[in-house]
Amino acid sequence: MEEKAHILGKNDIERIVSRISHEILEKNRGPENLIFIGLQKRGVPLSGRIAGNIEKFEGIKIKTGKLDITFYRDDIGHNIKPVSQITDISFDIEGKNIILVDDVLYTGRTIRAAMDALIDFGRPKSIQLIVLIDRGHRELPIRADYVGKNLPTSRSESVEVKLRETDGVEDSVTVVKKEE
Amino acid sequence: MLSKKSIIGIESLEKEDIGLVLANADSFLEISGRDVKKVPVLRGKTIANLFFEPSTRTKTSFEIAAKRLSADIINFSSSTSSVVKGESIVDTLKTILSMNVDMVIMRHSDSGAVKIADSFVEVPVINAGDGKNQHPTQALLDLYTINKVFGKFKGLKVAIVGDFINSRVAGSNINLFKKMGMDITIVSPTILLPEDFSKMDVRHCIDDVIEESDIIYILRMQFERQDRKFYPSIMEYNRFLSLNMERLGRMKPGSIVMHPGPVNRGIEITDEVMETRGKLREKIVIERQVTYGVAIRMALIYLILGQ
Repeated sequence: MEEKAHILGKNDIERIVSRISHEILEKNRGPENLIFIGLQKRGVPLSGRIAGNIEKFEGIKIKTGKLDITFYRDDIGHNIKPVSQITDISFDIEGKNIILVDDVLYTGRTIRAAMDALIDFGRPKSIQLIVLIDRGHRELPIRADYVGKNLPTSRSESVEVKLRETDGVEDSVTVVKKEE
Repeated sequence: MLSKKSIIGIESLEKEDIGLVLANADSFLEISGRDVKKVPVLRGKTIANLFFEPSTRTKTSFEIAAKRLSADIINFSSSTSSVVKGESIVDTLKTILSMNVDMVIMRHSDSGAVKIADSFVEVPVINAGDGKNQHPTQALLDLYTINKVFGKFKGLKVAIVGDFINSRVAGSNINLFKKMGMDITIVSPTILLPEDFSKMDVRHCIDDVIEESDIIYILRMQFERQDRKFYPSIMEYNRFLSLNMERLGRMKPGSIVMHPGPVNRGIEITDEVMETRGKLREKIVIERQVTYGVAIRMALIYLILGQ
């Protein structure tokens, strides 16, 4: 038996993306020196949307990259995603303020891996984190700087994020409860 | 994950396996282009590179691949080992494995030696070339090169040219190219063909295929494996089988020249072709094959050891 609860729809996500875009500009006092790196795969379109907003607000070009953390995971040998996605960071990140973007923040292990991967490319001035959903259950001392929605969940539940760019359907966030 | 523990021959790889290797190779190609060309994915794993036959490029390629994945690799060559003291392959393997090695990469001058080794050991084995039999990682890197150039396989016209009787590359490549739906023509004098090639499309002169082929795949003339002389003279080889400037110029737009290396200059490919500059240069993808070889070997090692 599966039970699904609808959490966010297309318009909710659009409003969140817009709000976070403003928060970033406010906190960083403008768009200078900012680089957006989306985590494969659903962080990539989210970072594109936020960077797009900031370009619209400020009228300047924002650099965006993609990061795949498959080869930096700490659970190799436990459950592996066989096909890696491409990493594309074709600019210098030295001294930049990096904004990492991911869809769901859970144990924090993905973000730990992402920071390790990123630092192989250079030494950024700072790394900030945007997540669409923070579902709790952290296993590492990691927190997000910008949160779309805090969503208390149990470990037996899973959070499903769908985005038009990656999933070909309307944007949505759903919690799926698996019952025995 | 791959359906097999070890990579001994191409025939045992499923299409899904091949797809998985190619799909992951792009990531490893990107890593090889970074300033820091290393990911921590196989940290703590140990790989033995056992070469019972001389090799520089394949051995180096595997070594670089393993190191970029953060695995430790130990090199073992027959000339520097106990094999010269009369230790058997099985004993050598047992000794190496007693040191808790996680994977064996092996080359041997006898066909079938790697398969035998695989049956003796628990850990995965990758065949880096066994005698005249197979060289599966070469075939996979060639396939990846073709994928990068053409973006497809089905219907591509490939002419494989040269010495088939002594070539392990030919064995693996024909099998793999066929599996992916490519259209293969063999170009070779009868004297350099094994008997079981009668069902294939065989020509005897490179001029028969030079204009219509998408890929001219030139094999290395294997003088080191010819215990008796198979081919009468280099001049005759040049006349019927070598790639020269005139032939290169007749190849169709977008077509490419491949070679597993190392090239015998002046035999299967002329010096001028190897040194050519300008528009025709783009056709020669031999160096790209080497670059892609590292990515493919990283993908294979990762898919086998990273589970």
